[in-house]
Amino acid sequence: MGPSSIRIGSGAGFAGDRIDPAVALAEHGKLDYLVFECLAERTIALAVRAKRDDPEKGYDPLLGERLSAVLPGAAANKVKIISNMGAANPVAAARVAAVIVRKLGIGPSKIAALTGDDVLAHISNDSPLLEGGTVAEWPGQLIAANAYLGADTIVQALAEGADIILTGRVADPSLFLAPMIHEFGWRADDWRRLGQGTAVGHLLECAGQVSGGYFADPGFKDVPGLANLGFPFADVDADGEAVISKLTGSGGLITAATCKEQLLYELHDPSRYLTPDVTADFRDVRLEQRGPDAVAVSGGTGAARPEKLKVTLGYHEGYMGEGQISYAGPGCVARGQLALGIIEERLKRLATEIIELRLDLIGVNAVAPSATPPSEQKEVRARVAARTRTPQAAAWIGREVEALYTNGPAGGGGVTQSVRPVIAVASTLIARERIIPRIHWEIVS
Amino acid sequence: MRLRDIAHTRSGDKGDISNISVIAYRLEDFALLRRAVTPQIVKRHLEGIVNGDVTRYELPSLGALNFVLHRALGGGVTRSLALDAHGKCLAALLLDLELSSPALRPLA
Repeated sequence: MGPSSIRIGSGAGFAGDRIDPAVALAEHGKLDYLVFECLAERTIALAVRAKRDDPEKGYDPLLGERLSAVLPGAAANKVKIISNMGAANPVAAARVAAVIVRKLGIGPSKIAALTGDDVLAHISNDSPLLEGGTVAEWPGQLIAANAYLGADTIVQALAEGADIILTGRVADPSLFLAPMIHEFGWRADDWRRLGQGTAVGHLLECAGQVSGGYFADPGFKDVPGLANLGFPFADVDADGEAVISKLTGSGGLITAATCKEQLLYELHDPSRYLTPDVTADFRDVRLEQRGPDAVAVSGGTGAARPEKLKVTLGYHEGYMGEGQISYAGPGCVARGQLALGIIEERLKRLATEIIELRLDLIGVNAVAPSATPPSEQKEVRARVAARTRTPQAAAWIGREVEALYTNGPAGGGGVTQSVRPVIAVASTLIARERIIPRIHWEIVS
Repeated sequence: MRLRDIAHTRSGDKGDISNISVIAYRLEDFALLRRAVTPQIVKRHLEGIVNGDVTRYELPSLGALNFVLHRALGGGVTRSLALDAHGKCLAALLLDLELSSPALRPLA
C-alpha cells in the first residue's frame, strides 16, 4: 500500500529563479519532493558548448549555489530532490552534488544522474523538421540534439532509492509526474491519471507563476508580497487530484485565476498537450478555491502517449550585437529617430556581414510596432540589434551606437552594448527505441 | 469597454509560436468573449507582430479562450532581435481591445 497523498514542491521555474523560496519550502514545507525546472529550450545547446570547452562543465551554472542552499533543509526533512539542472552533463552535476553533500556532512545520500537525452549522433541531415524543411536546410551549424525524455527513468531511479536526481532534457511536467507514478504505482497506460498528474505538474513547473508571479496588474489583479513570493506545493492523492498551496506567511496569491493562467501557459491545443508520458487533455480541468491560497485541481485526463519523442535541435546561427542610447526632453522622439537613421546609414558598409537588422525606439514602438508616439513623451531609448555572421560585426553594432555620443543627435546618454552568440532552436521527432536511458550513481556513505 | 474590464490574459512561447490565454473574470462573460474575441480580431489587433495564422481553442468550463499565434516571435525566441523576444508583453497588448459594439455588451 502506498501513501494516501504526497506533497511535491516547486523550487525553481527557470534557471535564474530566486533561491530563497526553495530554501523555505525545504525547511518548512513538510515536503516529500522538491523539483527544480531550470532548463529552457536553448539552454542545453549553450551547455553543450560549455561541456565541449571543459568536459567537467555543461551543467546548470547555479547548480552548486542552489544545492548548497537547499540541501541542508532537504536532508534534515528527508525531501527528495529532482531537477534537470544536469543540463548537458548530468554525470558531472552528480559529482558536484556529491562534493556538496560531503562538505555539508549531510550524507548518506544516493545521487542519480540520468543520461540518454543526447541524440546528436542519431540525427541525420535529411530528418524532417517540425518547422518545415530538413535538418540540413536550417541555417547555421547543428551543435546539439536533445530528446525530451519522460518520467520513466526518474521513476526507476526513485525505485532504486535515489535521494537526488539530476537529469538533462526531460519534459517539464514529467519531473513532477515521476514521484506520483513512483509513490502510487500508476500503470504506464493509465492515461487518465497520467493526464491529471501532468496537469498538476504543468501548474507547478514554473514555480511562482502559479502563486502570484507574472500575474499582478495593479487595480485589476493585485498581488500582495511579491518581494517575498512563496513558491507552490501540491498535495497529490492517489488519483492525481491535488490541492495547490504555499507556505503561510509567504507573499503571493493562489486563486482559480492564477491557476487558470498557468494551466494555459505555453499551451496550444488544450485537448492534446503532448508529453513523452501521455497526450494530456486539460479541457475539463476544474479549479476550485478550497481556502486562502489553496486551489483544488481535478478533471484532467489523457490518451495514449505520442509514438515518437520530440527532439530540440540547437544551431549556432551567427551572433547578435546590440546597442542602446537614451534621449529625453522636448523633441526626444525626433532625436531618437534621427539616431536610428544615422546608424542605418552607417551600417550599410557592413551589409554583407548583417543577416538581419532591427531598429526600435523603446517607449514608442519596441514592443508594439503599430503604436503612435504619445505627444508628451518625456524620454525614449533608441535600440539597434543585428544578427551577424561574425562576432566582430556584432561588436560593431554597439560601437556605432556608442559613437553617437559625439557624432549623433544632442543629448544622447546611457549607452549600453552587448554581443552574444545566437543559438537558434528547431525541432524534429525520434523513435523511442533509439533512446538508451542510463542511470549513473554517486553514493555518499 | 475594453477587454481588460472583463478578462485577464497571459502569453507563453514555444519556438516562433506565441499563445495568449484570455480568461473571463466571471464565467457569465465567456459568451461575450466568444463573440467578441475572434482569431481575426486578435490578428488585426496585433498587426505587425503576428505574421502567421491565429487559431482559437475554447475552454468553456474555465471561461477561457486560448489563441495560438503562428510566426509571432520574430523567427523564434532564440534568434529574434525583438526587445521582448518571448512575446511576454503580447498578452497585455491584447487587453486594450475595444469591445464597444452594442451587440457585444455583457449580459446583465
